[in-house]
Amino acid sequence: MDYVIEMIDITKEFPGIKANDCVNFKLKKQEIHALLGENGAGKSTLMSVLFGLYQADEGHIRVNGNDVHIRNPNDANDLNIGMVHQHFKLVHNFTVTENIILGSEDTKYGLLTYKEAREKIKELSERYKLRVNPDAKIEDISVGQQQRVEILKMLYRQAEILIFDEPTASLTPQEIEELMKILKGLTKEGKSIVLITHKLNEIREVADRCTILRKGKSISTVEVKGTTNEELAEMMVGRKVVFELEKTKAKPKETVLQVSNLTIKEKEGNKEVVRNVNFKARRGEILCIAGIEGNGQTELIYGLVGMLPIKEGSILLNDKELSTLSIRKRSLSGVSHIPEDRQRHGLVLDFTLENNLILQNYFTSKYHHRGFLKFDTIRDNAEKMIDRFDIRSSRGPVSLARSMSGGNQQKLILGREIDRNNDLLIAVQPTRGLDVGAIEFIHQQLIDQRDQGKAVLLVSLELDEVMNLSDRILVMYEGELVGELDPSKIDEKELGLYMAGSKRGEVS
Amino acid sequence: MIELMNQLNFAFPYIIRAMALLSVVALGALFSERSGVVNIALEGIMIMGAFAGAWTMIIVMNNFAIPRQWNAFIGLSVGAVTGLIFSLFHAFAAIHMKSNQIISATALNFFAPAFAIFTARAVTGDRALNVRLDYSIRNIPILSDIPILGPWFFTNAYLSTFIAVFIFIVAYIVLYKTPFGLRLRSCGENPHAADSLGVNIYKIRYAGVMISGALAGLGGVMFVLSFSTRFDGAVAGFGFLSLAVLISGQWKPIRLILIAFLFALFRVVSEIPDELIGIRNLNLPQEIWRMLPFIATLVILAITSKGSAAPRAVGEPFDAGKR
Repeated sequence: MDYVIEMIDITKEFPGIKANDCVNFKLKKQEIHALLGENGAGKSTLMSVLFGLYQADEGHIRVNGNDVHIRNPNDANDLNIGMVHQHFKLVHNFTVTENIILGSEDTKYGLLTYKEAREKIKELSERYKLRVNPDAKIEDISVGQQQRVEILKMLYRQAEILIFDEPTASLTPQEIEELMKILKGLTKEGKSIVLITHKLNEIREVADRCTILRKGKSISTVEVKGTTNEELAEMMVGRKVVFELEKTKAKPKETVLQVSNLTIKEKEGNKEVVRNVNFKARRGEILCIAGIEGNGQTELIYGLVGMLPIKEGSILLNDKELSTLSIRKRSLSGVSHIPEDRQRHGLVLDFTLENNLILQNYFTSKYHHRGFLKFDTIRDNAEKMIDRFDIRSSRGPVSLARSMSGGNQQKLILGREIDRNNDLLIAVQPTRGLDVGAIEFIHQQLIDQRDQGKAVLLVSLELDEVMNLSDRILVMYEGELVGELDPSKIDEKELGLYMAGSKRGEVS
Repeated sequence: MIELMNQLNFAFPYIIRAMALLSVVALGALFSERSGVVNIALEGIMIMGAFAGAWTMIIVMNNFAIPRQWNAFIGLSVGAVTGLIFSLFHAFAAIHMKSNQIISATALNFFAPAFAIFTARAVTGDRALNVRLDYSIRNIPILSDIPILGPWFFTNAYLSTFIAVFIFIVAYIVLYKTPFGLRLRSCGENPHAADSLGVNIYKIRYAGVMISGALAGLGGVMFVLSFSTRFDGAVAGFGFLSLAVLISGQWKPIRLILIAFLFALFRVVSEIPDELIGIRNLNLPQEIWRMLPFIATLVILAITSKGSAAPRAVGEPFDAGKR
């Protein structure tokens, strides 16, 4: 059998951690090969070695049967290896064409041949069905289109082997579907693809084979067709994974949060993005607000926690009116909030772990004495929380939040919000972009909170999460609540109809 | 009407030379900032350029009998080279040592006048270097006779003004039509994007700072030639004014030229208010006019900085490891 890429016994060590330990990886021509593993399993490191960003300590790489040394991305480029990074590397105020030609420009008399490049890009985008306007500026196009620009960048450089690092992390479901088609199309045109991911459904949909990494070691390479999702997950995590959450039936008690006639205008402009919303959240239940992205869920939560002013309506928390209070006062009144954008609203990225843990109560007498912070108490608190919520980082309490993985950043926020012991816990997309292990952990914590008699308000876009985790579902469509559903009595299809606005029901 | 025309004919050459000076230095800073390095050392670099240029011209004048404009050309070249070398200190600190760019540039601003005055005094016994001769070009055959344009652009003109026009055209082409320009602009916006495509960020940023140094050094000599005919350890704030021009010009060459014209206009009004009849008739105290360029700077900056489009990565040292 001919392989286009063979990575044999690759070992790569970073100070204190063996990121890759004798990893073997072989890519066939024209296949889509998934690289599956949890965060920190060594997927990205392995591909960075292939792309020349890191040098392997041991092992060797063959491309088309020839031994090669890849010292930097330019070498990889010369070997026709291209990579789409998880965080796109695009210049926001350049045009699509400028972004694509950057670094490998063609010239005539020393001047750029912009027109020719533009034609070439048009031709490529037609051939591979990557619709994108070559003259548009990056800041004006959608995330999905930006990703196509990244793909075009590789194709422009005649890449034959394409590496995709978590390509679906920031896409909408429609864009993901589109991408999957594009990937299949690329292999038909003769390209070979490595897909780094931890989403089993995507692997099932497009991948031919799958190599599983766990803790830096390659566990196995399997044909996707002959393997079940449960087997894949087990190999990835190293133990049985519970897909069905174990949870008892909810025993809702008295109302904690009562929202009446709530109307909110969009941030800039006059449109009412939340219209006349009424609902109650009760102790001991997980209430889920479901809906397709952009139907007002974000603004609704902003309105509840005070990040957006409300136009009309009232928000009662344990019979206390919140709508006129500042964010801090609401938080002190008993609102815990796991924000949608954890890096922007949940953390100060350049603060340490321990300081991120006290963002909402550094000013209480617990953490300061006559205006000076009590560092010992802060450190003790951090150590306690790290233990309790299994927050992993390179340097413990003094690690910078920026240096932590997404899953551990989220555990930090989750822990902080739970520890404040408020009656209401708002969790907005708490598992977005996380791996199976972290998702399981977070779900379990939310259920525990419910069982301890808290009201949990969950906002989620993931159908699985909505169906499995919630006790009651409110569907939001174009700023209104259009249905109240019991997850045990409906299926995903029906929920989808409500979410798409083609079905409406009563909301009590 | 004729009176107004005479006034304009009289004032315009002054405006043009101030505009040429401001736009050359600001254009240099544009290269530095769009590559991602803040350069507030313009004032200091100008002083070093002015010092080296003036000194060279005095030596040449005293020892060789060459035409005036040739001497001016030599002076301008030496100033540019000096500025380029002096700016390397800033480049090294900002790019290789990843220091705070404001601090390293401020250090140069402190160092330059002290060094220049000390050296001038050690050599000549006087803190000033007198270039003495007038380097303006009174008349250019044919061109000076063109109506309106002739008196505005080609009478009492300076060689440096024509060099400035040439530099502007070349700079524009380099910035927008060559691979180097594309890469330079990408380094100031998103160096990680450029890095992932094999562009050497360090090289590009060094080039950006060096271009800015060379043009600031050149600007220093332009100041000596067309404003003061002597060097006494300062360039009258033109370096900082150029920085204001760059910011008000939104880091774009064409807008920068327009803003430079505006600043030059205020500058001239403030310097020779008594000579402009329309203004003299207003009977305001001189101090008001003297304040004008500075107040105008504040106002223009306040208005234009709202839609400010500074290069995103300007002032951030490049670190390949940081996501």
